[in-house]
Amino acid sequence: MTKPVLETSTTEPEGMLASDGPDPKRHGDPVFRGFATGAGILILAILAAVAAFLLFQGAPALIADPAALTEQGYGPFWAWVLPFIFGTLWAAILALVIAVPIAIGIALFISHYAPRRLAQPLGYVIDLLAAVPSVVFGLWGGLVLAPAVVPLYTWLNQNLSWIPLFSGQVSGTGRTILTAAIVLATMVLPIITSLCREVFLQAPRLHEEAALALGATQWEMIKLAVFPYARPGIIAAIMLGLGRALGETMAVSMVLSGSANITIQVLTSNNPNTIAAVIAQGFPEAFGLKTNELIAAGLVLFVITLAVNMVARWIVSRRAAYSGAN
Amino acid sequence: MTTLTESLNPGALTSGRLPRMAEPGILVGAAITGLTISALIAGGNIALGVVLAYVIFLVTIEIVARIVEGPRQAADRRARSLIVGAFVLALIPLGSVTYEVVKNGMARFDVNYFSMSMRNVVGEGGGAAHAITGTLWVTGMASLISVPIGLMTAIYLSEYGSRSKLSQSITFFVDVMTGIPSIVAGLFAYSLMAMLFGPGTVSGFAGSIALSVLMIPVVVRSCEELLRLVPNELREASYALGVPTWLTIVKVVVPTAISGIVSGVILAVARVIGETAPLLIAAGFTASLNNNPFSGPMMTLPVFVYDSYAHPGIPPQAYLDRAWAGALTLIVIVMVLNLTGRLIARRFAPKTGR
Repeated sequence: MTKPVLETSTTEPEGMLASDGPDPKRHGDPVFRGFATGAGILILAILAAVAAFLLFQGAPALIADPAALTEQGYGPFWAWVLPFIFGTLWAAILALVIAVPIAIGIALFISHYAPRRLAQPLGYVIDLLAAVPSVVFGLWGGLVLAPAVVPLYTWLNQNLSWIPLFSGQVSGTGRTILTAAIVLATMVLPIITSLCREVFLQAPRLHEEAALALGATQWEMIKLAVFPYARPGIIAAIMLGLGRALGETMAVSMVLSGSANITIQVLTSNNPNTIAAVIAQGFPEAFGLKTNELIAAGLVLFVITLAVNMVARWIVSRRAAYSGAN
Repeated sequence: MTTLTESLNPGALTSGRLPRMAEPGILVGAAITGLTISALIAGGNIALGVVLAYVIFLVTIEIVARIVEGPRQAADRRARSLIVGAFVLALIPLGSVTYEVVKNGMARFDVNYFSMSMRNVVGEGGGAAHAITGTLWVTGMASLISVPIGLMTAIYLSEYGSRSKLSQSITFFVDVMTGIPSIVAGLFAYSLMAMLFGPGTVSGFAGSIALSVLMIPVVVRSCEELLRLVPNELREASYALGVPTWLTIVKVVVPTAISGIVSGVILAVARVIGETAPLLIAAGFTASLNNNPFSGPMMTLPVFVYDSYAHPGIPPQAYLDRAWAGALTLIVIVMVLNLTGRLIARRFAPKTGR
């Protein structure tokens, strides 16, 4: 009795396989999988290629004879690029000092203060700010904001010039690094806001309700239950905003009339330029070693933003693992 | 009055509360005072008046709340006023940008602007037809490059490489890639072209490569998120019918998420269509229409705006008017793309169980 049953049960699939051969459709799987994996690897390759090509085209400026650089380029590379590195960091830091408190305020307003029905449309309005192209912000900053802030700058300069930031001869056009920083702040605001809003909304409800039940005011509840939970998220959001502010080109290049000097005075017409703006302004007319020097400057900017972004992403991913364990 | 006397009475069991109308009342009072002071000393400067009114409001409510309600409630009110103030402050640039762009852009928002190029135009007249065509070419080709790569990578991340080393590093570097400065992407495309075709080669295609570097990570992120939302039951049902993995992905997973993918791609296009710096470097400037993306510089709308603003001719106002009209066109394009993307995402959202 058992033998035929066994026979049929083993021979039937064998027979099917033998008669049909390997299913032709099954070839699709490895091919499709190969395409998908290849696309993923291609992305890593593109990122590596960005670094490699910049290094290759920037190398002549890094290794060339300083005399040749003085003659045909902008001068010895590191001495030339140093003021612009300072300007890049300085403009980004000023922008963050302006943007971070406001962004945290907006995020709290949307997550904890606004009526619930309004919260989503309000968040959408702030996201619209992120959608405005940077060239439009540049145009607005150069033609509308810069003339509008001149009276404010004059007042600051007259009354607060004992603060080193506000000292010096005030600019008549308003196209100073502070104006550029305000425009930059407007552009990084939506980035910081949307990330902060997300972590504020994830704060544990039970902690919030416990704080309120113990008699805390709403602000005390936020300080006790929301901020400690959200701190890593806030730091990551700030770092991402910093990355954006460091690399932003048009808003700075259209607003700022910068040159190669290192100063912390924010109201004068002698402003440090940023790397991105120097590249945008100089590249169309550059040739030979000048092009190489500008590309090498781009490489410096790439390395700085890469480092900032990697630290930010690392903080975010560490936090994600932590909250997943909760 | 009763609340005031209660709060000043130390024996009361409940702490004092400001009457409900106190806050709006103080706000109106502060507004009137601030605007009056600014009218008297600065000739009615509205910005100064509003700032003064806000400061007066903060100080008054702080003092009143401290006396009546105590320091804790005062801190609560201070925080709320500052937070609402921050939100209103952020609306100012949004409102101002919209107002100025529409007001100044309407001057040249006419038929000529969309039908003429800047070829042989000096001073007034002319238009941005060449720039708009260029933007369509460059962005279109960037999408053709980015969408297949981005979608396939998203498929790999969500369907194949669950928690493998490779997929983890791809996820990490895609995130890092979203932070590449746009001008660096332009330099990359320029260097690539310089190595292949000799230095100084600019073309629409080089611009598309630069934009792809910026667009791919956005496409990957949004597509991956959408593919992960597709319920596993659908995949398992398909496997149970004997369908191979790749057909399951092509015929079941992707069609289920297609509305989200389309809207993600549209949002990614909206994001890169306004990029200026990479195109400035990789695609170059020209005053004439160029319909061949593989040879010669190609003007794009953002670069046109920048060029008209940064290197105006005579009379400068004509160039600035064209720049504003270009900014208005850009904003309209970006907003239409954004709304379309969000509408598609909402109307045709996949039914994720339940």
